[in-house]
Order: sequence, then structure tokens, then C-alpha cells
Amino acid sequence: MIKINSKKLAKFLGLKAVRLLILLIVIAAISFIMIQLSPIDPVRAYLGQRIVSQEQLAIMGEYWGTNLSLGERVMGWLSTLASGSMGFSLIYRVPVTEVIVQKFTASLTLMVSSWIISGIFGFLLGVLAGAKEGTWIDKVIKTYCYILQSSPTFWIGLVLLMVFSVYLGWFPIGLSVPIGQLSDTVTFWQWLHRLILPAFTLSIVGIASLTMYTRDKLISVKKSDYFLFAQARGESFWGIIKNHGIRNILIPAITIQFMSFNELFGGTILVEQVFAYPGIGQATVAAGLRSDVPLLLGIVIISTIFVFAGNLIADIIYQYVDPRLRGEDDD
Amino acid sequence: MGKLLEVNNLSISFTQYVQGLNRHDLKVISDLSLDIGESEIVAVLGSSGSGKSLLAHTILGILPYNAHVTGDVKFNGEILDQEKKEKIRGKEICLIPQSVNFLDPLMKVSQQAVGECKDDNERKEKKIRQREVFAKYGLDESVDDLYPFELSGGMARKVLLSTALLNDPDLLIADEPTPGLDSKSVEETIQDIRKLKDQGKGVLLITHEIDVALKTADRIAIFYSGYVIEINKVENFLNSDNLLHPYTKALVDALPHNGFKLTEGVQPLEEVSGCPYYENCPISSDKCANNKPELIEHDGAMIRCFNFNKAVSEEVVDEVVSEEVVDEVVSEGPVEESVSEEIAEEVNGEEANDGA
Repeated sequence: MIKINSKKLAKFLGLKAVRLLILLIVIAAISFIMIQLSPIDPVRAYLGQRIVSQEQLAIMGEYWGTNLSLGERVMGWLSTLASGSMGFSLIYRVPVTEVIVQKFTASLTLMVSSWIISGIFGFLLGVLAGAKEGTWIDKVIKTYCYILQSSPTFWIGLVLLMVFSVYLGWFPIGLSVPIGQLSDTVTFWQWLHRLILPAFTLSIVGIASLTMYTRDKLISVKKSDYFLFAQARGESFWGIIKNHGIRNILIPAITIQFMSFNELFGGTILVEQVFAYPGIGQATVAAGLRSDVPLLLGIVIISTIFVFAGNLIADIIYQYVDPRLRGEDDD
Repeated sequence: MGKLLEVNNLSISFTQYVQGLNRHDLKVISDLSLDIGESEIVAVLGSSGSGKSLLAHTILGILPYNAHVTGDVKFNGEILDQEKKEKIRGKEICLIPQSVNFLDPLMKVSQQAVGECKDDNERKEKKIRQREVFAKYGLDESVDDLYPFELSGGMARKVLLSTALLNDPDLLIADEPTPGLDSKSVEETIQDIRKLKDQGKGVLLITHEIDVALKTADRIAIFYSGYVIEINKVENFLNSDNLLHPYTKALVDALPHNGFKLTEGVQPLEEVSGCPYYENCPISSDKCANNKPELIEHDGAMIRCFNFNKAVSEEVVDEVVSEEVVDEVVSEGPVEESVSEEIAEEVNGEEANDGA
């Protein structure tokens, strides 16, 4: 059904790749410079609590290049990065790439599940509220969204934790595997059991904005001429909502959901912290607090790519799925 | 012959809040009565944006929730309540909308013409019927898969017409079918509508273009400031002496081929206590200031005027008009039209599109 102009798509993706490259270089350089200008001293961070003499410190500094000029250091960082190495994590004592792959995979299950849950429920609630605009159902959904929208993620996480884990005891308080068990021996159900509460917390926050957006879009569809005409043609109310309403709001809603990758990433950091879930969010906080510069920079770059990917998908959907934009040639 | 559609004493008003909590009832249509028989085209002619479309919306039961309606609508002798309207709309009464904006921008036109179906069998039957009707209006199979934005103006008009005819309705309501079309397309639209009459269907044509009304309709109802002031046969519009209401006479005399005789004044925006045309009427009497004339039958026509018998013998006073105004009139129609648009914009956002 969807005809895609492959030549146009290739050109589009090529341009986007160039943009990503420029963005990455700029982000890598800026974040590196910011860390260099901050009071974090990588040599001290590496040594931790160990006591060393001034001479040893100077030798280490020379070995690591902290005595070079800022420009030289930035170029050094970028060229190493270009060769594919992000350095060695100071707190995990393994290459940064390895840490990120491991932590990101753990977070990805959390992010993907909550992204899908918030997408489906946010959209359905939005359609319901929009269709029933002005009724008590709409008011309940709207109030719910306002409350969620205005309360911080970590606070919601704490409240849920108190209710479901402490008072009701339905879910464990934290961690992605039971204490005292090797990760290889964890069953799927044990793992899922511990994923539910963090994923739920992360998704209810995402629901609010999508619901309000969908509701608003559906209300404007209800005011459109084609909605009126469909009514005049004797189509049933829910039939029109299904055939014309959802058809016209689905693309923008999916687009919005892809654009929310940055909020998702930000939310993950807080939620993982509250639930002690060992993912990329916890790693970020640990890297920041314990001055693990290579890991912190690595995460910055990975999160940039992640958010960029979300926006890219949103762009593609908008331009290539909507028939009104699909057919046009941009000469 | 029984009447297909009868509208009796229909009034529509909207409650709106002006300046905070002051409620204000805005009357858009007052005491409207008209009827349409089989094989008959009745035009409702009024200035653009004056709320004529609301008549169509009332018949189809798609008015906004804040509208208050009094009076009744009968179809084949039966009073239509909301439930009945919902049952017959799209089947026995169909709307021909004014533009392609009335089609879902993301749905292929054939799919929209077919519309909602209960099951696959119904869909198949309707699909075959859709192809027949499209073919009748010269739309080939490639049109089926187009989206509304891909249609040309003429194609869009034919698609809208075919869509309305798919269920073989008895009554069609054409709401401003011609705005923004070139003269050739207007001519085709007029022919298409006249053909419907030949097939025995009744047509309610809602328009602000006097030319279209004159060429298409059998009878014309003149809509002035929310009132129908005269309903007369189209032949009588050829000569203003055969018309009854002083406004209708002035309107016909203002046509370019009748000598451009213009009168001054605008339609009242607020509800008046007397005749709505009192302010501008050349034959008004004291009675007209505080009493509303009823729509009465006279010699096969309907007229809302106390003094129309006098008017037959008297001449309408001409006014000298400057040249700029004449230029404007050529394209816009009578001067009175411009002001009343504001009413409709206040009432209903969608109505504002009418004149464009």
C-alpha cells in the first residue's frame, strides 16, 4: 500500500547521516571541553583514595596528557573516538563500549516496554477523552494527565514503591535480579516481576503528554468538515472515530511518541535510580558522581545517537507514510 | 402530489457568552417555512455566511450542541426527530458538500464513497455501485485510488456528487455547490443538478449566487436577515414587477442586465421588533415598525410583507451610486451582502468559510 520513493529516501538518509556526523563531532567536542573545564581531575579520579607523591602525580599527568593544551586534548579525544575506542571506564575497569552495551541492553528492555505501554494507553485514553469531550470521562482523564504531567518522575516512582512494594508487598523494592542469585540462573518470571514497577512508573509519565496531544488532535478532527460530512452520510459516531478520526491522528501520535525519546532517556535515569535498576541511568549517575570521565562522555554520545534515531524515525514516518507528503518531489 | 420535504416555522438560535458571563441568544434563522416536491429544485438564496447552511444541517441533524431549534421538519409527511434524522441521513436525504475539504484527506475517494459497511458482502455490493456511479460521471478507475488532495476541482465536484448519489436518495441538499469554480464548471454543476430533477429527485439548493439559483431552480426562497421573505417561481424573477417583496424587487433590479439599480442600507444584525426590512423599505408603513409580518400565500407564491399589494403599483426609489461600488457589485452581488457575514462568523466558525 505504501509506495516509497527509494531514490528520495536514499538522499534523505544520506543527508541525515551527514547531519548526525556533524552533530556527534560537535557534541563530543563540547562535552569534552566542558569536562576539561570542570574541577574534575582525571588523574585524581583514577587514583581514588590512594596516596601518591607529587612526582608520581606529575608522571601520571604526563602519561595521560593532562599537561597538553586544551586544543591538543580535544583533537586527541576526537581522533581516538574516530578509531572506535571510547576509552577505559575508571569505575568498572573495562572498556567503555562494553559497559555501555551491557547497561544499555538492560535499560532498553525497560525503555522499550514502557514506551510501548505508554504509546498504546496514551493513545487509547486520548481517543476516549477526545471522543467524549466535555463529559466526566474526559474530565477524569484530563485531571489524571495534569496531575501526572506536573509531578516529578522520581516522586511518582517513590509513591508507587511505597504502595506496591512496601505496603502491599506485591513487587520487590529494587534491583533487576534477586539478591544472592547469579544473573544466569534468574528465570524469566523473576526478571519480569522486577521489571513491572519501573516500567510502569516510566510509562505513566509518558502517557500524559501523548494523551493530551491525541485528545487535542481528535477534537480538531471532530470540528473538521469531513467529520461533519461523514455524519451527514449516516455513519455512526464510533464508526467515524474509527474510520476518520484514528486514521488522521495516528501518524502525528506515532511521530510524537518517537520524538519523546529524550524524555524517555531522562526518565530512565531517574527511575533506575529510584528502583536501583542497574541500567544506563545508574551508570550515568555513577559516572558523574565518581568522575568516570570516559564513561560519562561515552554515555553522552550514545544518548545523542539514541535521541537522534527517535527523531529520524519520526521524520521518516511523517514524510513517507502520509500520502500528502509522500508523492511530492522536493526539487 | 405529496410534498417530499416540508419545513415549518423553523427557527435556530445559538446561546453564546458575550463579555464574561452575559448570555446572549443569537437568532440565525427565524420562522423559516418552505417545501420541496418530487422533481423539484428549490433554491434558498441569501448572502454568504448568513446561516443558510444551518438549514441543511438541521434537516440532517448535524447542528452543533449549543443550537436551539424550534419548528419542525417533515419528510414524506413524517416529522423528523433526531433519531429519525440519524436513520435516514445518507440514505434518503443526502448532502452534496461544497468542497473537497469535506472528504477525509487520508482516505482514498472510492473508499469514502462506499463509506461504512456492516460486512464484506455489503462492501462488495457498494463497491460495484460506486464504480457504476463514478463511471456515469466520467470518473475512470484510476480516480478510485486517488486521495482527495490529488483531485482537480472538476473531479472533486463529481466525486462529491457521486458520493451523494450512491445510495439513491429521494432528496439531495446541495450546500453552496459552486463557489470558486470557473464558469464552465458552474455550468456543468447546474446541468448535473438539473439532471437529478429529471430523475424525479427533489433538490434543496443553498446558494448565495443569484445567477446559479436563477439557472437551476424551479422556485427561489429569498433569505433576508434570517427570514424567508419571499418564495416565488423562477419565471417571476425575470421581471421585478412580478415579484412581491420590495427587497426581492430591488435585488433583481440590481442585477447587471436589469440596469444596476442599487439601493442603500444593510441587513440588520440584531433582532428587530418589526419587519426586518423596515429600515430600508420604500413602502413601509407605521405598522411595519413594531409588527412582524407573517409569511402568507399569495397567488402561488409566499410573501412576508404587509404592504406588498401597494408595492405592485409603486416604483422602487433609485439611488445614485459611485463607480467604485458598481465595480464591486459586478463581482460580489448586491451591496447588502457584505455586512451579514459577520453574524455567521460569530455564531459558527465553519460558516465563515462559506464566502471564501
